[in-house]
Amino acid sequence: MRAIGIILAGGNNHRMKELTQKRASSAMPVAGSYRSIDFALSSMSNSHIQKVAVLTQYNSRSLNEHLSSSKWWDFGRKQGGLYVLTPAVTADNSNWYRGTADAIYQNIHFLKNSHEPYVIIASGDGVYKMDFGKLLEYHINKKADITVVCRDMEEDINVERFGTIKMNEECRIEEFEEKPLMAKTNTVSCGIYVIRRRQLIEMLEKCAEEDRYDFVRDILIRYKDIKKIYGYKIHDYWRNIASVDDYFSTNMDFLKPEVRDYFFNQYPDVYSKVDDLPPAKYNMGAQVKNSLISSGCIVNGVVEDSVVFKKSYIGNNCYIKNSIILNDVYIGDNTHIENCIVESHDTIRANSCYKGEDEIKIVIERDNRYVV
Amino acid sequence: MIKKEMIAMLLAGGQGSRLGVLTSKVAKPAVAFGGKYRIIDFPLSNCINSGVDTVGVLTQYQPLRLNTHIGIGIPWDLDRNIGGVTVLPPYEKSSNSEWYTGTANAIYQNIDYMESFNPEYVLILSGDHIYKMDYEVMLDFHKANNAEVTIAVMPVPMEEASRFGIMIADENHKINEFEEKPANPRSNLASMGIYIFNWKTLKEALIAMADQPALDFGKHIIPYCHERQLPLYAYEFHGYWKDVGTLNSYWEANMELIDIVPEFNLYEEYWKIYTKSEILPPQYLSKDSVVERSIIGEGSNIYGQVYNSVIGCGVTIGEGTVVRDSIIMNNSVIKKNCELNKAIIAEQTVIGDNVKLGEGEEAENDTAPHIYNHGIVTVGEKSVVPDGITVGKNSVIFGVTTADDYENSSLASGKTLIKAGE
Repeated sequence: MRAIGIILAGGNNHRMKELTQKRASSAMPVAGSYRSIDFALSSMSNSHIQKVAVLTQYNSRSLNEHLSSSKWWDFGRKQGGLYVLTPAVTADNSNWYRGTADAIYQNIHFLKNSHEPYVIIASGDGVYKMDFGKLLEYHINKKADITVVCRDMEEDINVERFGTIKMNEECRIEEFEEKPLMAKTNTVSCGIYVIRRRQLIEMLEKCAEEDRYDFVRDILIRYKDIKKIYGYKIHDYWRNIASVDDYFSTNMDFLKPEVRDYFFNQYPDVYSKVDDLPPAKYNMGAQVKNSLISSGCIVNGVVEDSVVFKKSYIGNNCYIKNSIILNDVYIGDNTHIENCIVESHDTIRANSCYKGEDEIKIVIERDNRYVV
Repeated sequence: MIKKEMIAMLLAGGQGSRLGVLTSKVAKPAVAFGGKYRIIDFPLSNCINSGVDTVGVLTQYQPLRLNTHIGIGIPWDLDRNIGGVTVLPPYEKSSNSEWYTGTANAIYQNIDYMESFNPEYVLILSGDHIYKMDYEVMLDFHKANNAEVTIAVMPVPMEEASRFGIMIADENHKINEFEEKPANPRSNLASMGIYIFNWKTLKEALIAMADQPALDFGKHIIPYCHERQLPLYAYEFHGYWKDVGTLNSYWEANMELIDIVPEFNLYEEYWKIYTKSEILPPQYLSKDSVVERSIIGEGSNIYGQVYNSVIGCGVTIGEGTVVRDSIIMNNSVIKKNCELNKAIIAEQTVIGDNVKLGEGEEAENDTAPHIYNHGIVTVGEKSVVPDGITVGKNSVIFGVTTADDYENSSLASGKTLIKAGE
């Protein structure tokens, strides 16, 4: 592969509310067994990109733990491999990453020390599969300076929190607006870019001189008329996890057979860290309908239209409906949970009731757990 | 110089012929167990959990699945710079090339491997038991008694004692006598086939007995050490230990995992069982599914009803199908409107629509009644059973079968239908 990969996983997002209090959005658990960064990492690995840097900053503990070994994504290599780059104090810099462009600029040695001619930049909070080989081919054929992956969003999705794109018939980007108040198109940027490595180094150095730090605003939008910036439209499943509602609906999408089939059955696979948990166990009284249950769970109650992550315990006579139960949650007997996201490692007392009325409720409960 | 205090030698070359078609293509240690595991995962996980990081795995019979499963030992953290897991098949020598002819002969042929680690102690294990055991505690016992050989033993019911090698020990656990499968047992301490030897003693015994045909630990090496009046000790083990040597004991051991708090608990944090996981996604249970008293592996899709069963990874159970008291191994597909009762379905098998397994009255199996009994229907790996077939109890199917292989779309109880070659 003639490209190296950079995954931007440092961001926080206030629209994720309490969910990113203890983790970056790239480390959000998705679809029962994965974390959002697994999708970008697996796509890079499956596209034979050999050298990948993950830039982390905000609340990186959970993410670093997930990336503790590169072998799960087949990056445990002598040639290339996985680089986790956190902000570091150096002789001439003592700043945090001040933006996406700055994050890459602060690690410009990674770009300078590589020999591959292209760089693929992706955000760590997208849920998708992509063949970056085809993307690069498109970029080369178009003789583009930068290629931006984009997608027409469905009618019911509010595109005003994305970057919206208007392209001409040759797919050259004419307009690019970041989080417009009033979107003119429903084509949004997926936050995945291809750029020639030397070009990127040059642009980043220029930006740094001018104290500009944001990749979208200070490179894409600023250069769109003088550089050839093309859009590469995808049609397959793509979501990004930028708000509680996105997060909830993305997980619920996995209850649809076509989405499950696309991610779980069709080649190539999505990889994740292996947790060595036993099979899920269903005791007397378990009644599970239209739900995903992950390994290590023990179910004694009723679960409907929900996604239950790893190692959760659901007590007798519980009723869980239309909810997401994150990793290692203990739910005591006779508990009713509806329209909720239950934060990981929660312990919920017996006989509790949590119900999201107009919106999804985030449940954070830190009661004492008595381990049997 | 490399020095390891204790290394393990894991005997995994046996066929386990009493598991019938389950071991026609794989060695017994590679047979699936408990939804996502293989039998060898238990001794391998015990090794790493006990701090034994050097394990030689002796393979001989049908080693392919075993080799790919073990790989370089990543799932068990046995990928080490020094030591780790090494698969040891029999090999050609300048003279006297032979297969492994017995348990001790296999170890004898790998003296060089053991010597390279310069160990104090060698732990001998077999790859066909389900248990959790801290070998470090056994080693402490071995050291405290200044033993030359320590044999792990387990109290068994007196009426079953005649099936085992029985140790007769004094109150200090020193073994005075032992009997192999005695008609009138004088003790109920059965050997578990787990030994710790002082390496010097083991090496000396193996070399002295090298010419013995089918050199075996229980029959030759232990008696040899006993005759020389070396201190032999019995280490009593009181946990869960199951020999899954027969189809019925294999079925029972799987079913015991379903109990509300199983005697053998896979959910304990401090003694994890590791395995190679290929399938990661969660399992999906459809809106019409019913699952009770069962364990199910990753990535399975359940559209039918499952009661009292152990389901592996990547299994599909179709709409309208009812599975009871059965074991279904990885990547098998049970299509629609089937009824399975007390069936063992090996890996990658396809059962067509409207198939009934385990129907009718029991009858003795016509080819191997000592293997296929207790009413269990067994289907070997990569088999296909076509639509609309009814199969009785104690019957066995192996291979890609078509409607022409069945009379009146049925296979009576006790019948055998094997199409795949050996």
